[in-house]
Amino acid sequence: MIRINNIRKTYKTGSNELEVLKGVELSVNKGELVSIMGSSGSGKSTLLNVLGLLDEFDSGEYYLNDVSMVGLSEKQAAFYRNQFIGFVFQSFNLLPFKTAVENVALPLYYQKVDRKERLERAELFLDKVGLLNWKDHYPNEMSGGQKQRVAIARALITNPKVVLADEPTGALDSKTSEEIMNLFKEVHQSGMTMVIVTHENEIAAQTERVIRLSDGLVADDKDILIENKVNV
Amino acid sequence: MFDLDKWQEILESLKRHKLRTMLTALSVWWGIFMLIILLGAGAGLENSAKRDFSDDAENTFFIYGGVTSKEHNGLKPGRYIQFVNEDRERIKDHVPTIKYTSGRFHLWGSFVIKYKRKALSFDVRSIHPEHKYIEGTEIIEGRFINDLDIQSTRKVCLIGDLVRDELIGKGVNPLGQYVNIKGVDFMVVGLFTDAGSKYERRNIYLPVTTAQKVFSTRDNLHQILATSSSTTMEETQRVKAMIKDQLAASHEFSSDDDQAVYVYNNFEEYQDFQAFFSMLQGFLWFVGIGSILAGVIGVSNIMLIIVKDRTREIGIRKALGATPRSIILMIVWESVFLTGVSGYVGLLTGFGLIEGLSYLMEANDVDIEFFYNPSVSPTVIFCALFILIISGVLAGYFPAKKAASISAVEAMKN
Repeated sequence: MIRINNIRKTYKTGSNELEVLKGVELSVNKGELVSIMGSSGSGKSTLLNVLGLLDEFDSGEYYLNDVSMVGLSEKQAAFYRNQFIGFVFQSFNLLPFKTAVENVALPLYYQKVDRKERLERAELFLDKVGLLNWKDHYPNEMSGGQKQRVAIARALITNPKVVLADEPTGALDSKTSEEIMNLFKEVHQSGMTMVIVTHENEIAAQTERVIRLSDGLVADDKDILIENKVNV
Repeated sequence: MFDLDKWQEILESLKRHKLRTMLTALSVWWGIFMLIILLGAGAGLENSAKRDFSDDAENTFFIYGGVTSKEHNGLKPGRYIQFVNEDRERIKDHVPTIKYTSGRFHLWGSFVIKYKRKALSFDVRSIHPEHKYIEGTEIIEGRFINDLDIQSTRKVCLIGDLVRDELIGKGVNPLGQYVNIKGVDFMVVGLFTDAGSKYERRNIYLPVTTAQKVFSTRDNLHQILATSSSTTMEETQRVKAMIKDQLAASHEFSSDDDQAVYVYNNFEEYQDFQAFFSMLQGFLWFVGIGSILAGVIGVSNIMLIIVKDRTREIGIRKALGATPRSIILMIVWESVFLTGVSGYVGLLTGFGLIEGLSYLMEANDVDIEFFYNPSVSPTVIFCALFILIISGVLAGYFPAKKAASISAVEAMKN
C-alpha cells in the first residue's frame, strides 16, 4: 500500500540546513497496523507528514496505492489527501464552530457530495464510533476521547486507503487511550491500513509492527506478531 | 452554479464575528453612499446650469460695443463703439446662418415702475420683436411687441408674470392697464413667463424704437443679439468673425481689433461649461472612488485578520482535501459578499436620498438657483456596482492567496 525508497528531506532555516530524513526505506502492506516510534527529532513526524502529503520531500520515491506521489501539484496533493488518506491528529483538529456531524462530513464537502447525503453518511460513521447521540454537539462540549472519536469518524468517512495517526493518544489519559486503541484495532479488523506515530511503548505494542526511526533513518523494523510467536 | 453550501459557510463565518462584519460593511456602505451623493449633487449643479442655457435659443451671439485699441485708417485708438439700429439690420442682412436678431436698449440709473399707488423696481428691456424667439419668451396673455409697435413707436409694454403678481395683483388681467416708467405711461399689451430663472420673469419689455425716442435722442443700442443656425464649432467661429467684419466696416475699426467689439456665443460658452462640468465630474469621481478605496482597504485589512484568525481552520481544511483554489474562493466570496451587500445598500440609500430630494423639490416647487433635478444616471450605478465587485475580489484575493500558500502542517500548528 505504501512504498518509499530513499526519501530525503532537508529543512532550511536561514543559512542552517537540517537534514531530517536521510534516505528512509519503508513499505507497508495493505491491511497492516504499523507504528512508527522514535525520540523527538528522529524525523517521525516529518515522515508522517511526507506520507500524508502534507509536506514535500526533496528526493526519493513514494508510491501510495501504486500511484507515484513524486512532484505533485498542490491541487493533486489535495486530491490524494482527500481520496487516499484519513488523518487523526494529537490535537484532534476539529473545527470548533461546526457540530460533530458537520465535522465528520467535511471531507465529503471537498468531494462535492451534496449536503443531505454528506450528513447521512456522517451520522453512519458517528454511529460506528458510538457518538450518534452527540451529533449536534460542538467540540468544546465534548471530552478529549469523544473528540478523538469524532476525528476518527472523520478520517474514515472517505473510505481512505490508509489512516495516518499522529500521536493519537498523546492528549488523552490512559483509560481513554485504551478505548481509542480498541477503536483503532476494530477499524483495523475491518481491513484498514493504518500507520500510527507514537512515542509510547504501550501504544506501539498494540500494533502488528513497530518501525523505529533514529536520526532520520529506519533503525529497526520488527514484526511483533512473528516475534511473539517465536517467543511462544 | 448556485452552491447553497458555500453560502451557508460564508454566512456562518460572517455571523461568528458580528461586530467586525458590521464595521467593515459600514465603511464600504459609506464609500458608495458618498460616491452616489457626490455625483447626484454634481448632476444637480450641472442640470441647473443647463437649465439656464436651455432658456435661450440654442446658438445665440451676444454682441457688445467696446473701445478700439488699434489705429485704423488714420483714426486713433480709444474710440467707443456705439451700436445703432442699422448695425442690427446689417448683421441680419449680411451674415449667413443668422436667423433672429434683436437690439437691446437699457434704461440706466435707478428708477421705479409705478402702477396706481404702487411703486416697485423692475428691469426694463427695450427690444425688437424677434427677441421673443431669442429669449424663449412664452406669452400667457395678449401679444408680444410687433413690427407695428416698432414702426409707430407705440407706448406699449409687455410684463413678466412676477411683475404682474407684485405690481398689479395676482390673477388680475393686466391687459389694457397702464404702468408708468420714468414718468411715461405704457399700456400693457401682453403677459409673459420664461422657462429660465425667476429674474427673467421680473422684466418689462418695451419696443426698442419707443424707448429710444422717449428716453434718448438717438437710435443707440447697448447690445445686439443674434441667433444662428450653425451647429459646429468651426461654423460658429466663422459666423462670429463675419459679425465682427460687418461691425468693423460700419464703425471703421480694424477687424483684428480684439477690444472694439465683444462677441459672446453661448455655444462656445456651453462647450466651456461642459468642459468645466466634465472636470467637476472627474473630480467627484476621484473623491468618490477615494472613499470607496478607503472602504476597500478596510475590507482587505479585515480579510487579512480573518485569514490570520482562520489559519488553523485553513490548515485543517487543506489536510482534509481542500485545494488552494477552494480556499481562495472561500475567502474571495466572503469578501465579495460583504462588499457587495453593503455597497448595494449604500447604492440604494444614496440613490433613494437623491431621488427623494429631487421628488421633494419638485413636489414642493422648491427652486434653488444652483441646484436643480439632482439625479444619478444608470451608467453611474453600473460603474459603481462594477467597482464594488472588482474591489471585493481584490480585497479578498490577496489575503486569500497568502492563506492558501501556508502549508497545512504550519497552519495546523497555529
